[in-house]
Amino acid sequence: MSFAEVPGFASVQEERGETTVVIETSRLLDAARHLRDQRGYNFLADIAATDYLGWNDRTVAGYWGDRDNRDINLPGSWGLARKPEPKAKRFSVSYHLLAVVSGAREAPRVRVQVWCEDGDAVPSVVSVWPTADWHEREAFDLMGIRFDGHPNLKRILMDDDWEGHPLRKDYPIGGEPVRFSGDE
Amino acid sequence: MAIAERRQAPIYTGTRIPHPIPTVLQVDPALREEGDILEVNFGPNHPSTHGVLRLIVELNGERVEGVEAVIGYLHTGFEKNMEQKTWWKAITYPERIDYLSFQINELAFVLAIEKLLGLEPPPKATWMRTLLCELSRIHSHLIWLGTSALELGAISLLWYCFRERESVLDLFELATGTRMHTRYFQTGGLAEDIPPGFFTECRKFADVMPARVDEYEALLDRQAIWLKRTKGIGLLSAEDAIALGQTGPVLRASGVDWDIRKVEPYLAYDQVDFEVPVYTNGDVYDRYKVHMDEMRESTRIVQQCLDGMPEGPWIADDRKVVLPPRDELHTSMESLIHHFKLVTEGYRVPAGEVYVAVESARGELGCYVVSDGGSKPWRVKFRAPSFVALEATATMVSDALVADMIAILGSLDTVMGDCDR
Repeated sequence: MSFAEVPGFASVQEERGETTVVIETSRLLDAARHLRDQRGYNFLADIAATDYLGWNDRTVAGYWGDRDNRDINLPGSWGLARKPEPKAKRFSVSYHLLAVVSGAREAPRVRVQVWCEDGDAVPSVVSVWPTADWHEREAFDLMGIRFDGHPNLKRILMDDDWEGHPLRKDYPIGGEPVRFSGDE
Repeated sequence: MAIAERRQAPIYTGTRIPHPIPTVLQVDPALREEGDILEVNFGPNHPSTHGVLRLIVELNGERVEGVEAVIGYLHTGFEKNMEQKTWWKAITYPERIDYLSFQINELAFVLAIEKLLGLEPPPKATWMRTLLCELSRIHSHLIWLGTSALELGAISLLWYCFRERESVLDLFELATGTRMHTRYFQTGGLAEDIPPGFFTECRKFADVMPARVDEYEALLDRQAIWLKRTKGIGLLSAEDAIALGQTGPVLRASGVDWDIRKVEPYLAYDQVDFEVPVYTNGDVYDRYKVHMDEMRESTRIVQQCLDGMPEGPWIADDRKVVLPPRDELHTSMESLIHHFKLVTEGYRVPAGEVYVAVESARGELGCYVVSDGGSKPWRVKFRAPSFVALEATATMVSDALVADMIAILGSLDTVMGDCDR
């Protein structure tokens, strides 16, 4: 199936039986309407934001050195024999779409992906799929993606006054200091 | 609308999703002017919230005029934690997300790893996974039935449901050594061989279960209070259910014939015979009927798994991913090295991203995994069915009474651990 006529189409990738369509961030809303109305993707299963900060320079657990300086006895070792492809921007937002037809015996799925930098806004798709409401709030809360046109963009899982976005790669890992009732 | 006619309300057509915020029901400004609106904070600690859910409810008398769900009280950062663990250590986490259908959550993540690795588990492991997932579904539905009926005043049913739940947990203990959070699914198959005696005990359970489901249904289906409190309550049209991303029993009760086990079969679901129960009224009662029928169908699948269980190895033979057999460690240097490498460093998973969807007891459970080729996941994201189910509260409670709201919340079958992750 061709996705070239989707508005804002940038590229398409087939991998492990899954189709990923990359869309220009600014045209996402048009693309979403097109996919819902013309292609029958009436169901938004999930919105998953990913932070690619530091992608490609993670060192290998259990070894000295980084991935560039090692050749880990090919071909038995998985993975790190090849550097992963560099990513275009820091954040990706993946929309997992599904065409639900009652009684159908197949599930056409497509992953629509947009890319953005820290601080860029992504158009909200709440007007196309109402279920996007909480998914976008979650991506905003945990990953700090701003969604333009969302009617109620506020934190959902963390406290309202929380600082930072915990799922970002530069968010420090560590304990939350325990507050005792006697403390000021 | 008078209460009497509301009780027989047929399913609506078109949409009732609140505007502009789909998940918040806002009070009519004219009604607010009159000044009879009472704002009530419901939860977060309330017995009927199935965890810690807070609803800000605005009432006009007993009628719900506005509602906003506040979640996040059980947020424990599973996804962040999983990024810090090697792949096989991270398998323990998904089970704790949805603690009622834990095996299915574990399965979603294991299937995602296997998809990235291109690893095929042996048939015996696939069939045993199918069997355990269906037992998990029965386990989850039993708790749902018991607690939801309890909330509507049918106290005795809880004890019957927990009797059968106990049998399921005993089966889990027999197979895996643990009652809950079994961590029995391993990348490539099962953690250990199925112990002797499991099939005999499991068959005893599968033989008795259909009669038990009839028993529960007899206790509820001829009880006037149950019928009056569930029929015509919490309506959701098929159109709204799809727009709000509803899956599982909620979607099937709204007349949409949709089950991941049928539309994109995983495990052995394309080799067993089962029906997808579909009801069309989209109310609390139909969701209850879907749950009851699913328990019967799950029992049928369990029976077919017992009949068709293949012989052979229980885990794939791939020494780069799977731990070598224990007895080889004393005699084989290579096995010892593999064991050491797998335990200390873990296996590596080729770079890529996958989305695996399975039908959990609550609907579509999706697992989106990104790997950079290293020994730890780069990103794990769960599409939690309970999270999505709660988005429909605002649509369902329009025109409901406070007491109906309890019935509606119960019918969504949410687990707050699953919702908040």
